[in-house]
Amino acid sequence: MTTTTDIAEGQPDAQLTAKDFKGPVDPDWCAGCGDFGVLNSLQRACAELGLKPHELLIISGIGCSSNLPGYFNANGMHTLHGRALAVATGAKLGNHELNVIVTVGDGDGYGIGGNHFVHTARRNVDLTYVVMNNQVYGLTTGQVSPTSSLGMKTKSTPFGSVEMPVNPITSAIMNGATFVARGFSGDIRHLTDLIKKGVQHKGFALIDVFSPCVTFNLDNTNPFFKERVKKLEDEDHDTSDWKASCEKAMIWGDTIYTGIFIQREAPSLGQREPVLDEGGPLGQRPLGISQEQAEKIIQRMM
Amino acid sequence: MSSRKFDFALAIGGEAGQGIATPGDILARVFVRRGLHLYTYNAYQSIIRGGHIFLTIRVSDQEVYSHGDKLDLLMCLNQDTADRHVGLMGPGSRVIFNSDSIKIDGAKEGVFLCPMPVSDLTNNSRNRLFQNTVAVGAIMALLSLEFEILEESLTLRFQRRGQAVVDENVAVARAGFDYANANFEPFPGTTPAGSKPLAVWAGNDALAMGGAAAGVKFYSAYPMSPSTGVLHWMAANARSLGIMVRQVEDEIGVANMAIGAAHTGCRAMCATSGGGFALMTEAIGSAGMMEIPVVFINVQRAGPSTGVPTKSEQGDLWQVLGASQGDFERLIVAPKDSLDAFNTMPELFNLVDKCQCPGIVISDLLISEGRFSVDPDDINMHPKIDRGDLITEPSSTDGYKRYKITETGISPRALPGLEGYVHVVATDEHDEDSILISDEFTNPHKRRKMVEKRARKFQHVTKDVPPPELEGPQDAEVTLIGWGSTYGVIKEAIEQLKLKGVTANHLPIKWIVPLQGEVVTDILSGSKKRIMVENNYSGQFYRYLRSETGLSVDGHIRKYDGEPFMPHHITDGVLEVLAGKTDIYVPYQEVVV
Repeated sequence: MTTTTDIAEGQPDAQLTAKDFKGPVDPDWCAGCGDFGVLNSLQRACAELGLKPHELLIISGIGCSSNLPGYFNANGMHTLHGRALAVATGAKLGNHELNVIVTVGDGDGYGIGGNHFVHTARRNVDLTYVVMNNQVYGLTTGQVSPTSSLGMKTKSTPFGSVEMPVNPITSAIMNGATFVARGFSGDIRHLTDLIKKGVQHKGFALIDVFSPCVTFNLDNTNPFFKERVKKLEDEDHDTSDWKASCEKAMIWGDTIYTGIFIQREAPSLGQREPVLDEGGPLGQRPLGISQEQAEKIIQRMM
Repeated sequence: MSSRKFDFALAIGGEAGQGIATPGDILARVFVRRGLHLYTYNAYQSIIRGGHIFLTIRVSDQEVYSHGDKLDLLMCLNQDTADRHVGLMGPGSRVIFNSDSIKIDGAKEGVFLCPMPVSDLTNNSRNRLFQNTVAVGAIMALLSLEFEILEESLTLRFQRRGQAVVDENVAVARAGFDYANANFEPFPGTTPAGSKPLAVWAGNDALAMGGAAAGVKFYSAYPMSPSTGVLHWMAANARSLGIMVRQVEDEIGVANMAIGAAHTGCRAMCATSGGGFALMTEAIGSAGMMEIPVVFINVQRAGPSTGVPTKSEQGDLWQVLGASQGDFERLIVAPKDSLDAFNTMPELFNLVDKCQCPGIVISDLLISEGRFSVDPDDINMHPKIDRGDLITEPSSTDGYKRYKITETGISPRALPGLEGYVHVVATDEHDEDSILISDEFTNPHKRRKMVEKRARKFQHVTKDVPPPELEGPQDAEVTLIGWGSTYGVIKEAIEQLKLKGVTANHLPIKWIVPLQGEVVTDILSGSKKRIMVENNYSGQFYRYLRSETGLSVDGHIRKYDGEPFMPHHITDGVLEVLAGKTDIYVPYQEVVV
């Protein structure tokens, strides 16, 4: 089977554009949905990185944003609600030459899939995790989400949410993620750069994206973020300083920071696991056991 | 059994932490190296220290199919074991115990007591494990076996810990051996030897090895009794065999990770017990919908809920049949013993690759945690591998349809990464080209076509699995029907029934889906009486069989106390049912293990 490296070396001039990553159908998102900006940024990032659709595997869960693989020209898996990271870990280990990008929403990624988020971060699986965070459940018509602000009124919290929201950035840092960033779907250039850096990062890269829901979240809207977002790059931020990163990630007021909070080098799960060292993608290796191995196994049973 | 020249069962009882596994393992190796067949069943508790553990090892010159009905030798490691079991030992049996700490009360007449002054024999050693080694030495003497065989086994067992440890253990075993020779009467006759050395494995080893032989490249699991042995085997062999083995945060992650790996081309599997399997069920449906081949193993234990974690039952059949929402096909197979479990794995992997679907193996504690002898020549480590309709060459043209509608329902499968075959797989209903039906508009005609396409894959799968076969005389007075792990014990009960003048035959069923209903109906229409044997309360398999074939039976033998059937339980049940005394016989478990 042709590997991703062969193709890249064979056709160095065949640079694709963002349009080449457009999928067979148009998104069915509401007009003005933040997810359009994320899709757009992801397509630009893939084009600018010189990636090819067949080298990519885009894995999503369930929810409005998780319909993304259908709108993207690349290999895709539209999996179960909350399980995209688990599937993606298996897929990345099964073929570590694929570029695996996981695209989900906040309910999927931080609610039902919260357990996998913790463990995928600590394992440092080499994949890019783009969470379209609109702080509400959209596809189920507007209920409270794990990132909804305290006091937010939704159909399931008609008197206002009485729960503190999860902070994806500090959670990811505390769980050992090696690349933690926050973007805003209203700033496509900046988000494209974050995604590119996340894809290039060798390890688990979280990009939490403010991707406003125009239908069910009238608190955290496009203008709300536009007025508040401030790029860490514009300040003297040290991406190896986890304490300062956590402090900045917890600021939620007139200023809300976007950009790269943490970026550090550490071996990924695939790099720590010697089984992947030689022989190419696991899923494409010949099956079966050698005669010598078989004899050894049986000898131990005698 | 009448044809057996040698049929000997010993049991070791004590508490967790007293090291029962070690003498069990040493003796098992002594027997298989001598070419004898063995079957072990360990009755234990969910406890790391204390409690009561009772390991039964049955040995014979012929193949052994169950742990049997009687004990010839009891090795008591504590007072509790003596109190529970001595009264059940029959005339001619031997009871070995440490006379420094254990008092025997209530032994029947004719039982030979073999008190061992362990402190004297071990120079007052404080190593509490030495009482086990002394007893193993004594067992060798009682069986008139040469000490050198034990010396060899002890050396193999302890050599990693240095010559001093080997010497110490050999000396202590020798003291036990000599003491028993000088003071106790050995069992009459000699212990035979087989024609060649055999090997020993647990059912979980067999499942893991079968997977490895079938080419498993990805194994994920969350520890859960009684399935954890598969994880241990896989983890120990992962690096030498090039298998990616992951312990995952929960069984939801386990199943989904296996599916991710399977999608990239790995043969992938995972094992668990009923509780973990419950967490996997949504993922099983997703493998059905995305058409990804992957194998799930459910090693049953007594439920519901946490249930009795260390006890055996066949209570998860309906869980497995109904795993995941929606109307879709999965393959289900229940191996009959450890060798069958091994052989089932490549067979099932070939089928799930062919049908691009989930496959489920139902095992249980009895098969998975039991240790059995196996003829090494019967283990085919190089089985036939058939990956089904898999595209491997890149293409310069686009237009690949992952879910192409075909006559057989099977759509040629390409793996992600192959140029010219970019595609999406989806858990939402989708069209041939993976576009979600809800994305376009919810189209009833497309939905119907896709449901029928997936179902068509299984129309002819019945041809791909061996049909169930009747064992024993066609014109027998009664047919015993069983599934999975009851195979061996039913086989032995039939031998007992023969001695009591009742001829019985046996219909073991291994493939649950596809169930070859017509074959089963054909076979059972010729039966004079039918009795269904299963290790659960409600007759799960019987209800399934009836729903698939309309067949009924004349009686049931069921057991749900946590302990597996012993042969006489079934023999007694058949006699009672045939005598018209009951139509549902539930045996009483005499030995409080």
